[in-house]
Amino acid sequence: MSGAVAGPDRAKGTDAMTVTKGEPPTGGTAAGAPERRSHVPGDGTPAAAAIDEARRAMLHEVRNRKRTRIGADVLMEALIRQGVDTLFSYPGGVILPIYDILGDYPEVRHILVRHEQGGAHAADGYARASGRVGVCMGTSGPGATNLVTGIGTAQLDSVPVVALTGNVASPLLGKDAFQEIDITGITLPMTKHNYLVRHADDIPRVVAEAFYIASHGRPGPVHVDFTKDALQQETRAEHPSEDEIIAGLPGFRPTIEGHPKQIKTAAREIAAAKRPLILAGHGVLIANAVDELKAFAEKTQIPVAWTLLGIGVMDEDHPLAYGYMGMHGWKHVNRAIQSADLLIAIGMRFDDRVTGSVATYAPYARIIHADIDPAEIGKNVAVEVPIVGDAKHVLEALTRAVHATDHAARAEYFDQLTEWKAESEASSWHGSGREGVMTADYVVGRIGELTNHVATYVADVGQNQMWTARYTKFKRPNSHVSSGGLGTMGFAVPAAMGAALGNPGSETWALAGDGGFQMTSQELMTLAADRIPVKIAVLDNKKLGMIRQWQEIVYGGNYHSSHLPGPDFVKLADAYGIPAWKATTPDQVDDAIRAAQAVDGPALIWFEIEEEQNVLPMMPAGKGLSDLIETWGGPEE
Amino acid sequence: MTPETAAHAAPPPRAIPGSGEARRHALVVLVMDRPGVLNRVASLMRARNFNIDSLAVSRTDRESISRMTITLHGDDVAIEQAAKQLYKLIDVLKVQDVTADQVVEHELALIKVRATDFNRAEVIKIVELYKGRIVDIAPDAVIVEATGTESEIDALVTLMRGYGIKELVRTGAIVMLRGAGSIEEALKL
Repeated sequence: MSGAVAGPDRAKGTDAMTVTKGEPPTGGTAAGAPERRSHVPGDGTPAAAAIDEARRAMLHEVRNRKRTRIGADVLMEALIRQGVDTLFSYPGGVILPIYDILGDYPEVRHILVRHEQGGAHAADGYARASGRVGVCMGTSGPGATNLVTGIGTAQLDSVPVVALTGNVASPLLGKDAFQEIDITGITLPMTKHNYLVRHADDIPRVVAEAFYIASHGRPGPVHVDFTKDALQQETRAEHPSEDEIIAGLPGFRPTIEGHPKQIKTAAREIAAAKRPLILAGHGVLIANAVDELKAFAEKTQIPVAWTLLGIGVMDEDHPLAYGYMGMHGWKHVNRAIQSADLLIAIGMRFDDRVTGSVATYAPYARIIHADIDPAEIGKNVAVEVPIVGDAKHVLEALTRAVHATDHAARAEYFDQLTEWKAESEASSWHGSGREGVMTADYVVGRIGELTNHVATYVADVGQNQMWTARYTKFKRPNSHVSSGGLGTMGFAVPAAMGAALGNPGSETWALAGDGGFQMTSQELMTLAADRIPVKIAVLDNKKLGMIRQWQEIVYGGNYHSSHLPGPDFVKLADAYGIPAWKATTPDQVDDAIRAAQAVDGPALIWFEIEEEQNVLPMMPAGKGLSDLIETWGGPEE
Repeated sequence: MTPETAAHAAPPPRAIPGSGEARRHALVVLVMDRPGVLNRVASLMRARNFNIDSLAVSRTDRESISRMTITLHGDDVAIEQAAKQLYKLIDVLKVQDVTADQVVEHELALIKVRATDFNRAEVIKIVELYKGRIVDIAPDAVIVEATGTESEIDALVTLMRGYGIKELVRTGAIVMLRGAGSIEEALKL
């Protein structure tokens, strides 16, 4: 830890750029050695040692007290049996029975978030970065409703999250008791499943089922609500085996293997296609099928395009990697879709941001659609060959069923694709040709470059999300985390917090706009207190950029409420004890990134970017993939 | 030459799933008899923008399994989508669209009709023609009980309107496959 907390000059505000090119970052040098003003004790300091000692003493005392096994204990046992090592939570009245025994279970690291929404997003980020189930918890009433946005985010993006809430004691249920809300009624339509537990004896079965459901088949969030008395009752309940869990869920039997007849039909379609294209989605990452996708693409010599959540399915430098599709995707990818004669869609769901107008989508293409969720097939787009199954198993079976194709056999097709790609990339980098202009794509591109494209990059929502998707360049699966379906602003910082703990071996960056960052910036305190090493890039255009872009292009320049004054982000970070830098010109970008990387713990960079840069191309709402707006010079154009 | 060039005639627009001709469907849904299961089914249909015409729920002869009969309108693809979405509910064990099958389909109606000494005999006669029966008689009203298909009940209700319907309640359709085949026995539990 460099102790690089803001010095006095930082406080002056906007012009106090503190990174000087060529010098090691100090975070404020004007007054000599920077004074550490944070109240968060650094590692190795006497204060930190004292806190650790006090915690150990408390833990020792708690563990040795004589007490009975209650519902809350069974819950913690069940979590530990599921391999839970991190719990993102915020205490409250009815979950105090859990907090009363939490100290007895040091296997589970409790992260005290500053708002339950942050906890839910953190559990989501943890799950996406690690592939394991993320767990968050909140109390009844407002604690539970605060989790809802995060649960919805996980639902729309198929992320395995188990959300735990307390509720009032069962005799009070339905009486409008203090902090009582019908939270299972609220989460019912936005979870994969949910439970209300009124008896301690039911806790082992329900928690085991919750984890099983969240992580099997198409993953998703499961919410478990416990009455306070269930958490307090004494119990001798035993934990079920996996066989017992499965036997208790006769209505949950996901299909894993694709039907052999469908695989054979798909292979015939693939053999006949002249301009085939693979559309890979989140399902490929969830199924851990990146190698199988590569093997299939290489054997058939079919290029791979991906959805927003499919980013990372293939190293972007692979010769068959073609790019990111959809509303703000690359023009060459959308062109390839519109001219393809066969789409092989794996683990994606033809979302409206991917297809635009369905009537004009991929007009020449027959479609093979493989997904583990049968309801996704034929939901948005009618398909010729449906395959229900897990992406890994389907891709393995398809690879076995197809004949190898020689690259030369598709020479004409690849020549065309290469030409389109070169053309669209040349016209899509806004920053590279404009000296001295602080464009977002330049900043994002540098973050990607200086992290060797292998960090975990957690985007927020809006322009920053599209820039991250387009310009970071991804080389590793699960290195990209983004709220795709629900489009939840405020996602980046808390989700990055979870991602950093879920995959501690990877450097973790949160790339947020100034709008989304301000929605959940209270989690800066969690990052500081728990020393979670998230590097935050605030891409500040002092706008709700995507709103502004739509107002400019679609609403005739009526810029209502899209100008968004923000605070001095360096001072804000400083207040939380987080080292921060500000970069306002392209030549300051690399030093600021390196300075943040050098910090052993959280750090923030305030990038003041072009205020009116648009994300282009853009597919206007209601239009198709062939109707992209590529340049925009104003309404008269 | 790529398909993008003008040499190709524009292909016909891609069909939008669910945009076909709507007709009446009947779904049999076997569910775990657990708290909230009716809420889950109803909530899903609402959230997915399906409009339930009728919904009948009861226990079966199997412990902890209940049976729902849902009738609704939509094109075949939309109803298949509804069935697939229902099947995703953890508490749902089986969904079968029996629209195309040979089935016995009945619902029960109770109709309280104005009937006085002046026209009671006439009402009773019509009810008997429809294989209904009178289950309660008051000085100026009778309660008619009738079972039959939805359209048979509709026809009787239309006739009764002429006398003045004071109250009407219908259970919604319940259906069962004809023959020895059993939706319940096909469950693998």
